[in-house]
Amino acid sequence: MNPPAQAASILTGNEAAAAGVRLCRAQVVAAYPITPQSPVVESLCASVAAGELDAEFVAVESEHSAMTVCIAAATTGARVFTATSANGLAYMCEQLHWTPGARLPVVMCCVNRAMAAPWNVLNDQQDSMSQRDAGWIQLFARNNQEILDTVVQAYRIAETTRVPVMVCYDGYVLSHTVMPVCVPSQEAVDGFLPPRAPETLLDPDCPRNLNQVTLADPRPNEKGQLCHGYMELRYLLQEALEGARAVIALVDEEFGAAFGRRWGGLCWGHRLEDAEVVLVAAGSLASGACASADTLRSQGIAAGVLGVRSYRPFPGQELANALRGARVAAVFDKSLSYGHEGPICSDLKSALHSAGGGPAVHGYIAGLGGRDVNASELAQAAAHSLEWVRAGKGPKPTEWINCRIDA
Amino acid sequence: MNTRDCNHDSAMAAPSRGEAGLTGHWRTERPVLDAAQCLPAKRGKPGCFLCWVYCPEAVVARAVPPAIDLEYCKGCGICAAECPAHAIVMIPETSANETPGADPGATPETP
Repeated sequence: MNPPAQAASILTGNEAAAAGVRLCRAQVVAAYPITPQSPVVESLCASVAAGELDAEFVAVESEHSAMTVCIAAATTGARVFTATSANGLAYMCEQLHWTPGARLPVVMCCVNRAMAAPWNVLNDQQDSMSQRDAGWIQLFARNNQEILDTVVQAYRIAETTRVPVMVCYDGYVLSHTVMPVCVPSQEAVDGFLPPRAPETLLDPDCPRNLNQVTLADPRPNEKGQLCHGYMELRYLLQEALEGARAVIALVDEEFGAAFGRRWGGLCWGHRLEDAEVVLVAAGSLASGACASADTLRSQGIAAGVLGVRSYRPFPGQELANALRGARVAAVFDKSLSYGHEGPICSDLKSALHSAGGGPAVHGYIAGLGGRDVNASELAQAAAHSLEWVRAGKGPKPTEWINCRIDA
Repeated sequence: MNTRDCNHDSAMAAPSRGEAGLTGHWRTERPVLDAAQCLPAKRGKPGCFLCWVYCPEAVVARAVPPAIDLEYCKGCGICAAECPAHAIVMIPETSANETPGADPGATPETP
């Protein structure tokens, strides 16, 4: 069956995100403004005011409250949405841990922005990377079409796994940049995403305490049934995140069948065949790296790109498989685990170790706080890494691209 | 025994007594009420009940004399601090004193 024809619009990343949320018929939107996220919820607010989106828009006094409203609304069975960036995400931190623990299918856009101090409203990925361990699924989009499509996929993934999904995309680079975007029809999205199955937890006829104090050991409930202790519930969350790999891949497949676009599921490759050096990154940086690989190929260097679409769950085995045969992976992180190295770099090393080995992994820190990094600089770094391993130089320390300070 | 049989993936329970489990063993001191000092006990009719008002764990029964549920009393001592007649004293929990479930209102151990 041919996918239905779709009109192309010229949209910013934020407009694409809002269009996706409208098509998913979100029922409750709660948000607090923060740059560069604000246009997403401004657009949704306007849609609610114009009667185009049958939703409750809750203007809150903080991001902590935004996520709290999402938690409460999702507990009633509603499909909910919020969006934030940087310090707003950090301000939500407590509730970010609550949402997956309560197994609520909240979908949130994180428009990636540098963390203060000092203040900086421009792009890097430190905000969402710093929330890596909260228990959310984190998907990184590489362009505005993928933002819209990933929002639609995110609701399917969240409602299937009962794990919240953070759709991450780069501030300004995508959020405020226009691109052609095919906006699917409402009918097509309705066909792909049924209304959220009612699993209403708040029911006056069946009062329950939810997420009550649950101490170390399993204990019987009021009926004598032995219930999970804290550790069992956390095991189930981990099981759900591990199982989400298959769900993310399947949902992307089904989305492709319905709309004619697939985004690689967990990770995607560009010219990986026989690649000696592979550029690894997430989001728009990975998209830009494709131009770097093309340039390197034209210079006779076998280069490819491996894009991390799902950062949590981390597709360790899939990345290891994709890197089989490569001599070196040059990982470009727009964030840092201070005192160690870039988080994608770290996680990739750990995954390759678990997979029984793989290519050398070189870490590069790029684009912090909106610092420019272009395709030729990525290409240069990748070529440098390949020379390094060809010369048999052994482990290589993390390098900072375009940092104008003497080491 | 597998806790999966409860079929939950998040914590929930119908409201019930002590759903977080027995918390009385958290106590290092227990309240002991002397009915001879307690105002409602002396008068033989309901009154005062400040221990019942202030107990943050709702383990004091509004009875004559007030009864303290030692299965859940965490031993915070607020009842002893609030009692205008000083009828409640906190005594250290020792192995000799441990009688979980005992009703100190009915059988005061020390004056």
